[in-house]
Order: sequence, then structure tokens, then C-alpha cells
Amino acid sequence: MTENRNDIDQPDDRVPRRVIGTPPPRGEESVLGAPPKDDGPIVFEGVKFPDPATARRGERVAALLFVVAFLAGVAFVVSYVVFQVGTIDRTQVSNFALGGTLTIALLSLAAGIVVWVRQIMPKYSLVQERHPMASAPQVREEVEKTFLQGAEESGFVRHKLLRRTLLLASAPLGLLPLVLLKDLGPLPGTSLRHTVWNKGRRLIVEGTHEPIRAADFNSPGGILSVVPEGYEEDLNALAKATLILIKFRPEEIKSGTKLNWTYDSIVAYSKICTHVGCPAALYEQTTHHILCPCHQSTFDAADGAKVIFGPAARPLPQLPIGVDGEGYLIAQSDFNVPVGPSFWERGDAEAEARGQK
Amino acid sequence: MSLDGPPKAIAGPASFIDDRIGAGNFLKRNLRKVFPDHWSFLLGEIALYSFIILLLTGTFLTFWFKPSMAEVTYNGSYGPLVGVHMSQAYESSLHISFDVRGGLLIRQIHHWAALLFVAGMMVHMLRVFFTGAYRKPRELNWIIGVLLLTLALAEGLTGYSLPDDLLSGAGLRITEGVAISLPLVGTYITYFLFGGEYPGEDVISRFYSLHILLIPGILLALISAHMILMWVQKHTQMPGKGRTETNVVGAPFYPAFMAKAGAYFLFTFGVLALLGTFAQINPIWLFGPYTPADISAGSQPDFYMGFLEGSLRLMPAWEINFLGYTLPLSVLIPALLPMGIIMTGLALYPFAEQWITGDRSEHHVADRPRNNPHRTSIGLAAITFYGVLWLLGANDWISAKFHISLYTTTEVGRVLVFVGPAIAYFITYRMCIGLQRKDLELVVHGVESGVIKRLPHGEYIEVHVPPADDLVALVQGKKSIPAIEAGPDGDGVPPKGMRNPLGRLRAKLSETYSADTDAIALDTAHNGHHDGHDGHGATPAAVGTGHGDEDTKALGH
Repeated sequence: MTENRNDIDQPDDRVPRRVIGTPPPRGEESVLGAPPKDDGPIVFEGVKFPDPATARRGERVAALLFVVAFLAGVAFVVSYVVFQVGTIDRTQVSNFALGGTLTIALLSLAAGIVVWVRQIMPKYSLVQERHPMASAPQVREEVEKTFLQGAEESGFVRHKLLRRTLLLASAPLGLLPLVLLKDLGPLPGTSLRHTVWNKGRRLIVEGTHEPIRAADFNSPGGILSVVPEGYEEDLNALAKATLILIKFRPEEIKSGTKLNWTYDSIVAYSKICTHVGCPAALYEQTTHHILCPCHQSTFDAADGAKVIFGPAARPLPQLPIGVDGEGYLIAQSDFNVPVGPSFWERGDAEAEARGQK
Repeated sequence: MSLDGPPKAIAGPASFIDDRIGAGNFLKRNLRKVFPDHWSFLLGEIALYSFIILLLTGTFLTFWFKPSMAEVTYNGSYGPLVGVHMSQAYESSLHISFDVRGGLLIRQIHHWAALLFVAGMMVHMLRVFFTGAYRKPRELNWIIGVLLLTLALAEGLTGYSLPDDLLSGAGLRITEGVAISLPLVGTYITYFLFGGEYPGEDVISRFYSLHILLIPGILLALISAHMILMWVQKHTQMPGKGRTETNVVGAPFYPAFMAKAGAYFLFTFGVLALLGTFAQINPIWLFGPYTPADISAGSQPDFYMGFLEGSLRLMPAWEINFLGYTLPLSVLIPALLPMGIIMTGLALYPFAEQWITGDRSEHHVADRPRNNPHRTSIGLAAITFYGVLWLLGANDWISAKFHISLYTTTEVGRVLVFVGPAIAYFITYRMCIGLQRKDLELVVHGVESGVIKRLPHGEYIEVHVPPADDLVALVQGKKSIPAIEAGPDGDGVPPKGMRNPLGRLRAKLSETYSADTDAIALDTAHNGHHDGHDGHGATPAAVGTGHGDEDTKALGH
């Protein structure tokens, strides 16, 4: 397919005939046997037929390939009927049978056509003229004249009022599609600044949906993925409110962490990365590093989740937690800054929060 | 057996159509339209055929896919997920994969075809760039091509978000993070796109209508325009014997090109079927349904999004707060700048080159990349820029496989993304010049024959023979790169428009861009068997005899 079968004919007396570095042909004999004879009927200039022996051989090969394609096509239909789906294994068998037969059918058909083109169709070296893309100057002039005449006849140029009111009329119509798109969604308002966390809402283990008793979460280095009670399957709520909960030894906690927001050295951070919002789900116990697998922003969990590497610009917000009467972990309030990725209206929420205190 | 006249089955309908629309005139002109042949001209066809396969397989998938985010409980054939809550989109994707005969095959062919579509466009674009085939009169088709590539990325993004599995959700989350970072309009765009807060209930159905209707519709229209322009303007050809700016040499559309194109479509389809059968792609059942609370490590987008992923990873944590507003540069810059540089650069390149060289003439004979060293170097620098970003999109894998610290890969990447293109530029430039010199040697000196000859005084030499005609024609297809009249070489008054700083910059660029082309021009006088046709247009300036002798000596004969 990619060979230059239709290359320009070359005189055979040049040595070497093709590529630099290849040995010259010995005598007139080609490596592939007898040189092709040019006794096919030459009908047009630049059209060179292959010799009849090659064509006959090509026909046999192409025919063989077409028959293979036919059989594979039939096998495809048979496979469709024979191999049912419904379990993983059966789906796999069906996939191999259907795909395998389809592949064989398509590739044999393609190969057959290539053999046809290369061994039966002639070699071409046709020449056609190109013409400049631009029209002739007279044509351009005539078009220009016609255009001006039409503009004049339409009265668009002469009738000022017509022109101006037409333009006026089309302006709002152009805006309509934009207006119509308004109901695509509500306006953001302040919704990005809040999550579903509020005072007293229990922390629930993601997956098992069990509340967490502070006394049971007692091995330092432990980590949990946590969701708010009542919103365990609410994806919109989870997209902002998911937490990671980490148990430290008291001496490990550094000054960046708000101690009165922790309970018994258990710290809760937003799991939503402050870069573009992936769940920062990887935790390295020995270094207390939280790593976001998307773009590798790294946060120091022991030090208020401050950024120590990567593209995130802000620490993961900390959630104030405590326990309820039964000893289960609860939120003390919502986050005091917006969680997740930065946005235009966000501003320096951390500084504002510090100012309030 | 041969035909005395067209068979009735063809003659009848043909007359019917010609009587009504006069198709004969069109066919008379076009049935034997000549198409030049070169392996690299087939790259765009890969993309075209992939698109057709995408339309066919995509339509099949729509028969079962349900673009809904409504929650359902899975109860299909894939055991591990039975009883799990998921969106209807994910459930129907699983249904296609496990409960529709041939569904998995078609789904995988569709995904592979998407990758091949974009990859085909990319290599086709590189071919067009490096051979200068975007030059006048083909700038419009070039711009259509840039639009096609951009739209294909959007089509890919909306497509792989549809199954609503955990991996596609990660991509969607990043899309949201980027959209919301836009200054002024970010939150509004995000709320309009997702129908409120992320992830909402609307995004899959909205992406679905973009993915199966709007974007493919535009793609189809642009691809048709691309084909029509190619047909009208005729294909470029590589330099060679008998090939000039005013002709086109090759095989006729009917029957040779037609049959080859058909075979090529089948090959593309066949290879995609092979991949769809044996090379698992996007096994959504392993990822599980999407939840914004979870992610799997090592998440990777499809390859064509890798450069954006890489640039997000490379960016340092820059963020500006002022007057109560936030500008998240650590998202904005990597998400918009590389893509902007690449796409805008591509779209403007033909016009920038025209401005620099002052060349407003039509070009139908393609350049060999070595013969325009600066263009080729710029292209390689851009590829390196893209390549570094792309590679760094997988820095976690690089780190894991080669045991390099993750942060080291990022830091090296931050340097490489700037230094790499510069190095690539320099090396490519020297390679182009070297290859041109090799061409010169070929023409002046001939090719090695493999025959060793002993001279009377005992020295052995290898006999060089004149190169083949087609080789000479190819090499001598080289043209010098035009430059604008730069003006003041000391005494002359610079032409008007060249006196301001911009004009001086233009003159400087023009001089640089066209440098080194005449210095090693290929002199036909040295070549004993020049075939005499003058189809090469402007003949490059002759190399002096002295130069030629020096060259001979340097080669040691």
C-alpha cells in the first residue's frame, strides 16, 4: 500500500537503480528472478501494464484472499449465533470470536485489493496540468461589476433608513440564543462557600456507613475516608464535604494545625484537593504527607495540611470536630473557608477567616 | 473477457442521473483525476477512515447507551458489581459491554478509533507542516485542519466522560476545576455546564448531545470542506522527475486510487478490529461507578489529553488574591497557555512565514524538511515542548517504573519544558544542514557503486557512479527560501516600512529564516546528467567551482 508502485518510470541503464548503499544488480537479472517483460499492451502514455504471468499470479492470490474474507464473514455471523453473552467468560469468548473473524475478514479483503492494485492494475505515471487558483482578471472585474450592480439595484446602499433598521432588527435576534441558555443552571450565589457540615452532624465512614466512636479510632497513623451523616450517597454533597480523618500521636501535631478543632489528636481535613478538586486520597504514614494522585499536590497533614509540593496553592481546609454524648465524632461547624478548587469570587478567604477571630 | 460497453445495470442509472443533474461533465473531468503518490500522503487518510469508523461504531453504541445520571442498582451480568448503586449511564455502558453481543467489541473499536483519529490527525498535520504543504494556496485548509484537531480534542473529552465510571469522573472533575478557575465567568460557566453544583444531574446528557450531535456535525462539515478544498486545489507532490509547480504526476482516481483508498479503509478498520478484540481499552467495569469522594492512583487520561495533564502537574503553586478576587494561575496558565500557544501558533504559522519571507506565490511541490531548516527546527522544538508536557503527564508512572523521586521528575520537567525545545531546535538545525550537505555530495560526487578499484600506484578506491535520475530530481527539487529586501547593508536607504522597529525585526527574521540555503545550494552544473527540464522554478544560486573542489578534497578522493 505504501510502496511507490506508481513511481515515475526509470531507465534501467542507470546503476544503481534505487537506493544508495545497496549493491548493484548483477547483469540484467533482478534478485527476484526474471526481469518483468514489457510486452503488455500499452494503451496510454504513462500507463504500464504488468506482464500476464504476474497478473495471473496476482489474480490467484487475490481470489484466495477474497475467499478467506468470505469465510471469515460467514464465521462472524455463525459466531454471533453460537456464542452467547451473559457471564464474563462467555462475553470474552464471544468477543474473541466476533472480533477475530471481523479482523480476518477486513484484513484479507484489504490485502486482496492491494494485490489486485499492485499486480493486475497497471503502473501509472499520468501527468495533469495545474492551473492557478485565482480567477482571471476579467472574471474578477466582471464579478465586481455584477456585485456593485446588484447592490445598487437592491437599494440597500441608497435607502439609509432601511439599512439601519435592518441592522437594528438583527441585533437582538443574535442575542436570543445566549439569553435562552440562562436556564442551564442556577447562579452560583454563595453555594460554593458552604458544605453540608454543621454543628452536631456525625462523621460516617465512607463505604460502611458506620459512625465513628473517637475511642475506637485510636491507633496513631490511622486514616479514614469520611462522609457526612445523611448524605452518604449524595454526590453533590460528597463533592465538597468528603473528609480524611487522621489519628496522630499528640507530639506529632505541629503549629499549623488548629488544636482546638481536633479531638484527641484526631484531625479532619477536606479530602477535596484545593488545586482542581480531585480527592487527595494518598497518605504516607511515616511523613504524614497527603498526596493528590491527579497532579501530586502534597500536603503536610501534621502541619495544618500546608502545601509542601505541587500546583495546589492553599492548604486543605480543616474541619472543627468534637464528640457527641455517645462518644461519636461530630462536626463542630461547617468549614470556615470554601473547600476545593479556587475560583474568581473566592478571594483570600483564609485571611478573612483569621480576621474574624 | 472485456467490456464492449458499460453493463446495463450501470448504464441505466448513470443515464438517469445524468439526464437530471448532468453528472457526466463532473465525471469527465474527475474520474481520471491524478493523485500523486507518497507514503506520507496516506497519514491523513488514517484520520478520515477512523472518523467514518467512529460514526459507524458510535451509532451502534447509542442504541443501548442511556445518557442519564439517575441512580439505579446494577443487576446485570458482571458479578462483582451486582447490587451496587450507580448512574444509568454507567449501567448501560456495562450492559453494552457484557450483555449485548458484539457490544464490547464495538465499544473497544470505538475507543481505539478515537485514539487513532487524533493520532492520525497529528501525524498528518506534522507531515503537512514539515513539507510546507500549508503554503499558499492551502492556508484555508490548514486552518480547517487546526479547527478539526481542536474539535477532536473536545469530542474526545465529551466522549470519555460519558460512561460515568470512576476514571471518567476524575477527568470530569479536573474539567470542572479548570472551568471554575476562569476569571470573572468561571463559576457561572461551571454552574451552567453542570446545571448547578458539581457533579449535578445534567452533565452526562449535555455532553451526550455535544458528543453525538453538535461536535460530530461540525467535524463532518469541516472534514467535507477539507476534502473538497483538497480536491479542488489538487494534492501537493514531492519533488521528483517531471514534477513541477504546474503539473501533478501520479495515478488516476479511477480505478487505481479508488481501489487503494478502499483497501486502506479496510486496513484501518481491520487493525482497529484487531485492537478492539485483543487489546483491552478502558475496562470501565474495573473502575467502578463514579463518586467524587474516591479516585484510583495512576489515573491517566487518553493520550491526546496527556499534555494538559502534564502541564497541570508541572506548574508551581501560583495564585493571586487582590481586592477580594482570586486568580488561580496554577490552574489557568497550564490549562490554557500550552494549548493556546500550540493551536494559535499552528493557525498563524503560514501567515507568519509569508510575512517573514515575503513569499506570496503558490506552492504545489512540497519541501523536503531538511531544505527549510528553520521551519523544521521550529517544528521539532514544538514537538519537544509538547512531548515534555505529555511525558510529564505520566510522571507518577515514570517515577514508579524507574525508581526516580516523584518530585525530581517534576523539577526536571520544569526545566526541560524550556530547555528541551531549545536543544531540539539546535540539533535539528544542524541535522538539516548536514543532510543538505549530504545531498550536495550526492549530486557533485555520485553514489558509492560497491566496486573497489586498485589504482596503478596501489591505492584502493571505491568507484562512484552518477546517481539515478529520480534521486537527482528529488534532491534538486530544493528551492532557496525567499527573503524580503532587507535594505541597509551599510549604505542603502532601507525601504519604507522597514524603518520602524517592527520592520527591522522583520528584516532580521527574514534574513535568518532564509540563511544557509544558498550557501549549500545544489549546483546543476556539477551534475553531468541534468535532464534539462526547467520544472524546478527558481534555480538556486550556483556553487562556485572552488567550493566544489574543496568538497571533493574533503571527501578524500
